[in-house]
This record gives sequence, C-alpha cells and structure tokens, in this order.
Amino acid sequence: MKILKIIIIFIIIFSSQNIKAEEKNLQNKITKNLRCLICQGQSVYDSDSEFAISLKLVVQNKINQGFSEKEIYNFLTDKYGEWILYEPKFNKNTYILWFLPLLIFLFGGAIVFKKFIKFK
Amino acid sequence: MTNKKTLIVITSFFTFIFLIFFKGLNNSNTYKPSKSQNDTIPKFSAYSFYEKKIINSENIFNEKKFYLLNIWSSWCLPCRDEHPLIMSLKENKKLEIIGLNYKDKNKNAKKFIDDLGNPYSRILLDNDGTKAIEWGAYGVPETFLIFDNKIIKKYIGPLNPESVLEIKNYIK
Repeated sequence: MKILKIIIIFIIIFSSQNIKAEEKNLQNKITKNLRCLICQGQSVYDSDSEFAISLKLVVQNKINQGFSEKEIYNFLTDKYGEWILYEPKFNKNTYILWFLPLLIFLFGGAIVFKKFIKFK
Repeated sequence: MTNKKTLIVITSFFTFIFLIFFKGLNNSNTYKPSKSQNDTIPKFSAYSFYEKKIINSENIFNEKKFYLLNIWSSWCLPCRDEHPLIMSLKENKKLEIIGLNYKDKNKNAKKFIDDLGNPYSRILLDNDGTKAIEWGAYGVPETFLIFDNKIIKKYIGPLNPESVLEIKNYIK
C-alpha cells in the first residue's frame, strides 16, 4: 500500500512538471516571436527591460487562462499593432515583402539562364 | 543600343531608390500603433492605492465625462517633470484624473504624492506591469484621454504644455 502511494505521488509530480515544461516551451516560443518595442533589435524573450518582463508575465497568464498561440498574437496586435510580431502576417500591406525575394530570385535566375544560353 | 538600355535601367533604378529614401527619411521614425484598430478601453480590475480594495474598471469609467488615465511611478523622472502639468488639470470639473501606479514601492509612491501633491481622484495599483500592457502602454509615463469608453488620444512619454493645451481643447 505504501509503495502504491509513493508511486502515485511520483506520477503526480512528474506529470505536473511535464505540463509546466510544455507551458514554458510555448511561452518561450511566443515571446521569441515578439519584438520588444522599447529595445533595439531584441525580442521580448531576450530582453530584461520592464516592458519585456511584464509582457512575458502577460503571455504566461494568457497561456494559463487557456489562450492559444494565435489568440495571444491577436490580443497583442490589437494593443500594439502588427509591429510587435517578428513574423508579419500575410495581407495586402505585406505581400510585396513576402514576394519580393521570390521575384528577385526569379529575375536573377533569368539572367543566369540567358548568360548560360549565350555561353553555349 | 544595349548601352542606352542599361543607362535607362540604371537611371530608373537609382531614381526609384532615391524616391524611396526621399520619402522614407522624411517620415518620423517613432512608431505608434495605428489607432483605428481597437480604441475601446480594456476591462480589468486592480487594487486601489489607499484602501487596497479590488476595483473593477467598469465602475471607474462609467460616467459620461472625460477621463485622463496617467501611468506613473515614483522612480520615473519624467513623471516628476510632468506632475505640475497634471496638477494644473486637476481644477477642471469636466475631467477626472485616474492614476495607475506602475511597478512601484508603496512607501515611495506615497512620498511622491505627499511631496508633489495628488491630482488623482483615484489611484490604481499595477505591481507587475500587466495592467499597463492591457492598455497597450510601453512604459512610464503614459497618458490616455478617454471619453465614452474610448481612448481619444494617447500620449507616450511625459506631457508637455502643448499636449496639456490639446487636452483642454478636447474637453472644452
């Protein structure tokens, strides 16, 4: 009976730790994608400014309240605008941003192709 | 023929870059989130400064008048600078000034109020900074002008005489 109790306690401890770790991972993943708006070139995850400390806490609270990653991003873009996300959403303002590298790549490829044909 | 083509391509490329820089460098680079997205005030509850009772935000901003929410802290020097300006707004009957004490020690905050005067009709506590995030604030000081549960104007950083004049024009 005693052994059973000990096993149960162990199971409870380890399972709860596992949940904690998963929450921490999600929190880190989210805060790494958030720009610390008052720092220069740092994510919220990296920064120790007052703003970033509070924001980490807010993200953690939201996770505890059962918010999903996307909902947290929506909540924060509502407050701070798109700028807070490192990975901008795909919309009419950002399509140039997303497609320009592809276009440049194709353009470069075309030039190389043309040269190659000439060379032949 | 090819020379002419390259010349055209190069000149158009450089004019394009010139235009981007000409437009871009003239823009101010202080970023403010676009206001249209969501300007209704957040719902939250916080401890009050003196009574240490939980107050719901719905019970604060419920009247049909102008509110000024000022986020301040005793350790923040710009807050000290702007304090006389907030004191000057205190006399205005159409305006209610609410303070949000940001990440502060209670003793220091009380000393700040005792030394410089209390313009706030109510002070709320934000010990961990999460309430300021709800408001979309960056830090201290920050001031919001509120009417009918909507944020009309947001001042990032300390108030100056011009912004006080602007506030007075709004509530006229």
